[in-house]
Amino acid sequence: MTKTIQEINEKIKKGQAVVVTAEEMIEIVRKKGEKQAAKEVDVVTTGTFGPMCSSGAYINIGHAKPKIKLGGGEVYINGVEVYAGFAAVDIYIGASSLPPDDPRNKIYPGEFRYGGGHVIEELVAGKDLVLTATAYGTDCYPRKELRTLINIRDLNEAVLFNPRNCYQNYNVAVNLSDRIIYTYMGTLKPKLGNANYCSAGQLSPLLNDPYYKTIGIGTRIFLGGGTGYIAWWGTQHNPGVERSENGVPLSPAGTLAVIGDLKQMKPEWLRGTSMLGYGVTLTVGIGIPIPVLSEEIAYYTSVKDEEIYTQIVDYSKPYPQGISESLGQVNYAQLRSGKIRISNKEVPTGSLSSYVKAREIANILKEWIKQGKFLLTEPVAKLPQAESDYKFKPLKIREV
Amino acid sequence: MTESKVVLHFPPHLVDKPLIYKLSRDFDLEFNILKASVTPQEEGILVLELKGDDDNFQHAIAYLKENGVDVQALTQDINLNYELCIHCGLCVPICPVSALVKDGETDEVKFVKEKCIACELCGKVCPYNAIEVSLNA
Ligand code: SF4
Ligand code: SF4
Repeated sequence: MTKTIQEINEKIKKGQAVVVTAEEMIEIVRKKGEKQAAKEVDVVTTGTFGPMCSSGAYINIGHAKPKIKLGGGEVYINGVEVYAGFAAVDIYIGASSLPPDDPRNKIYPGEFRYGGGHVIEELVAGKDLVLTATAYGTDCYPRKELRTLINIRDLNEAVLFNPRNCYQNYNVAVNLSDRIIYTYMGTLKPKLGNANYCSAGQLSPLLNDPYYKTIGIGTRIFLGGGTGYIAWWGTQHNPGVERSENGVPLSPAGTLAVIGDLKQMKPEWLRGTSMLGYGVTLTVGIGIPIPVLSEEIAYYTSVKDEEIYTQIVDYSKPYPQGISESLGQVNYAQLRSGKIRISNKEVPTGSLSSYVKAREIANILKEWIKQGKFLLTEPVAKLPQAESDYKFKPLKIREV
Repeated sequence: MTESKVVLHFPPHLVDKPLIYKLSRDFDLEFNILKASVTPQEEGILVLELKGDDDNFQHAIAYLKENGVDVQALTQDINLNYELCIHCGLCVPICPVSALVKDGETDEVKFVKEKCIACELCGKVCPYNAIEVSLNA
């Protein structure tokens, strides 16, 4: 039993496609088996909503009279530094950028209440933002200073372009030391006071297509409440890691670079995020449809939390020192239960990624497809595959 | 010497009386105004840090009460803004008294106000500013 994406799209257009979420697919495959499930189900929708620091948006603000060349100058939006190393009026707002006068971690732990992630959320929300810039002035772009309100509706382009999102699996962070630490995985209490994880597990996109058989470059996705596309594989893509028998990586593996029109997105699905003692980031909503082309795909999309394992990593010493060392592995059913056991100690768990919101995204995408509003795409190229020798390398510091 | 933070509720008819002035003039108390506001019902709320001799402190409180002012010790009022909360659960293991709990069925995070001791730890940790701390009695 095999299907093509074209056949599935025909069914979607007629309003006849059978679409279920990755959570619902677990039950269907358990009850009916992969064979029957592959016959009955056309699309499985996935979702994830977690902090993703390698995110940002580029915008084109249009030309003022007289003109200004922002490229090579300095630009701030609501006091947050944005990148201006492009042409005259293109700028990039990085999610983790901060106002120059933010105390950062000088007052430890820093609170990081406002930064690039919040600028993006407010821009999408349609708020007026204050843009200030200084430039060096040229014969063709004489203006040297600019101070204006900007609004997303007046911008030429506003595009979310995230170099790395959607990690396929992630570490569980703990702290073995005897002092509290503040990390991108949240606040970690001393001596195994808590264990924080960050994945939607059985709902997470790349865990439902572990070998990237349907998800590839060009795949149309739910991005930030609008439609987006997979632009490339994400930075630090690392498909060659050890996997379980079911194909699921046992540690962080694949990643995606995604792109989409910010003007269609919703602030609810792009949330500015403040990590105590760490910095600002952006929590991004992503949902990816998986066409059930074969029994094999039906099997992959039926993966459940009990079958997805990840590594427990001590963020007090080995992680910051770049030493990869696991304290053991746990599965997502254990993590979601609220406590896990590490060396005979019961440790409460906390999550950065929202399972509730991941489920909501998978359901929204399901509705879009059922209503014929969202068609599936054939990927134009594959992501680097598990058996390729593509891997994530450390930096070797060389003498200058 | 007593040093304490108190919340004073002034009924509308007392809002413009110089009661606070008396705290320093008649009872020799040092005070710091932490918060002052008037509610839509015209009730005045004043949060003060008071410092002074033990006896004077007691007399001052008695004086305020006699005049119809409601006096309470300050505790922070914590609330979870469900509009902002994404139910990630990052705050759950941080709360020392399990006042933030994840519902095993729905995965939603709930705030159990009766258990909360207003330590404010969750407010610092929540990445989305969903924990609201207000000065209330
Ligand atoms: S950390 Fe904040 S957003 Fe997450 S569950 Fe707690 S209150 Fe909600
Ligand atoms: S203020 Fe303290 S006790 Fe109250 S919910 Fe937050 S962490 Fe728990």
